[in-house]
Amino acid sequence: MTAVSVFQRLGEFLTRHEQAILRRWTEGRASDAAAFSSAQDERQGRDLFGAIVQASTVSSVATVEGPAWHDVRRLLEEFSVQGARRGLSPGQTARYVFSFKEPIFELLRTREDTDSASTAEDVWATSLLFDSLGLFTMETYQRAREEIISRQREELLELSTPVVQLWDKIIALPLIGTLDSARTQVVMESLLQKIVDTGSEVAIIDITGVPTVDTLVAQHLLKTVAAARLMGAECVLSGIRPQIAQTIVHLGVDLSGVHTKASLADAFRKALALTRSDSTAETSLYGKL
Amino acid sequence: MDRIPVLQIGEFLLVSIQVDMHDQLAMALQDDLTERIAAVRARGVLIDISALDIVDSFIGRMISNIAGMSRVLDAQTVIVGMQPAVAITLVELGLSLDGVRTALNLENGMRLLRAGSA
Amino acid sequence: MTGQPGSSAVIAPLRDQDDVVRLRQTVRKLASQVGLSLVDLTKIVTAASELARNTVVYGGGGHAELELVDAPRHGLRLSFVDEGPGIADVERALAGGNSTGNGLGLGLSGSRRLADEFDLQTAPGKGTRVTVVKWKP
Repeated sequence: MTAVSVFQRLGEFLTRHEQAILRRWTEGRASDAAAFSSAQDERQGRDLFGAIVQASTVSSVATVEGPAWHDVRRLLEEFSVQGARRGLSPGQTARYVFSFKEPIFELLRTREDTDSASTAEDVWATSLLFDSLGLFTMETYQRAREEIISRQREELLELSTPVVQLWDKIIALPLIGTLDSARTQVVMESLLQKIVDTGSEVAIIDITGVPTVDTLVAQHLLKTVAAARLMGAECVLSGIRPQIAQTIVHLGVDLSGVHTKASLADAFRKALALTRSDSTAETSLYGKL
Repeated sequence: MDRIPVLQIGEFLLVSIQVDMHDQLAMALQDDLTERIAAVRARGVLIDISALDIVDSFIGRMISNIAGMSRVLDAQTVIVGMQPAVAITLVELGLSLDGVRTALNLENGMRLLRAGSA
Repeated sequence: MTGQPGSSAVIAPLRDQDDVVRLRQTVRKLASQVGLSLVDLTKIVTAASELARNTVVYGGGGHAELELVDAPRHGLRLSFVDEGPGIADVERALAGGNSTGNGLGLGLSGSRRLADEFDLQTAPGKGTRVTVVKWKP
């Protein structure tokens, strides 16, 4: 028997016995104190299983990434996201999916119209299918949780990106702590928005409080300077410590098109000069990136 | 066909691009601008792109063309109001708007034009 | 990356400049649906604009296949297809162009930088298929 036909056979089996399986599943949940149970949960379970049965008749493979499994994925995602919000563990969400296996196994074992070799194949196919679905549920759960966390982190970053208005048309952004690529991106986008909001022609980016800079971060900084210039504002980089200066040179990053000053005071003086001379914006930086 | 209106403020011309432009509209704008610059002997052109949330190489080329033609007619061009997301994208795209001056807003843009024309 | 559109792909004709404008609107809508951030949305719509224009201007017209993806993660997959002359020197085209010169090179290399994934299938006389993907982080 080929793998394709085993799954086809499983699809047919699930369709024929959908109601019986659901009945056993509901009974099993009722007697499991750890399972969350409510009318809504039962309905959700029926919808999910119905979608699984539907998909298994169309698709003859046990991979849940194909178009036939789209509805199942959507339902599992909804379930996962709810689970993440309700504070369930990823294991609990996966176990919910696995809970369909036992009723199916039971029905497979007790039927009389087939031989033990076929039954073994059917059990194997069932396991494979629900294990993939369970895994998918867990991955979705992780992603949902990560999304919540990263959104919170962004909001925190927004709040903790203190842009200081130093003077008319001059703002300063003191960066503190280790910069990673993602954080730098968020902070830089926020700086550009603040430039628009305050109408500032010069933005001082001070990195005194940054211990190290790697290539990615350096590139983000350069891109931000270029973007600000395109918008009509200049940036001055200040607080570059000797170690960072060395790192930047070693990395081959070209800062020749960027205003750099060692101290914030020097940077401020430079910013004043820039605003007075109205020399903002010949846009020809990118070759240097 | 719709044309983008060109306004005159003293010795300067102001264009505000609000729509998603296709070729014909862009060509018409370039024609209209060069005609007006010559006709009123304008010293500068302000192009307001604060309403554009997408600027691709086509628009970029149009802007460069306008700046080039203006310069030949002895007028300066300043682009104002570029949105941050657009600026970030243009940097990534590698589009160089060489020789095109930019300002954050109309006020700064006017200041730039007045100072440059001295 | 697959060469065939999934069953849920939207097919958009790319015959003239008006189609390019229409395609931008459609991609914007889809990118919004996926929930991309403002910057990511801007990047992918701009990439789509470049590639669509290439299809019309250099490819003699063609179509785009726009697909919302949800496995392995959420994202947007766009393919630009033409039966045109194909790109003879891919290396040079991808090495980039500048804005004053060839729009084809800038569009291709720029789109590669703007997207998370990039695939180019082309040969002289065999047409071109460019696919870009933008994932929701």
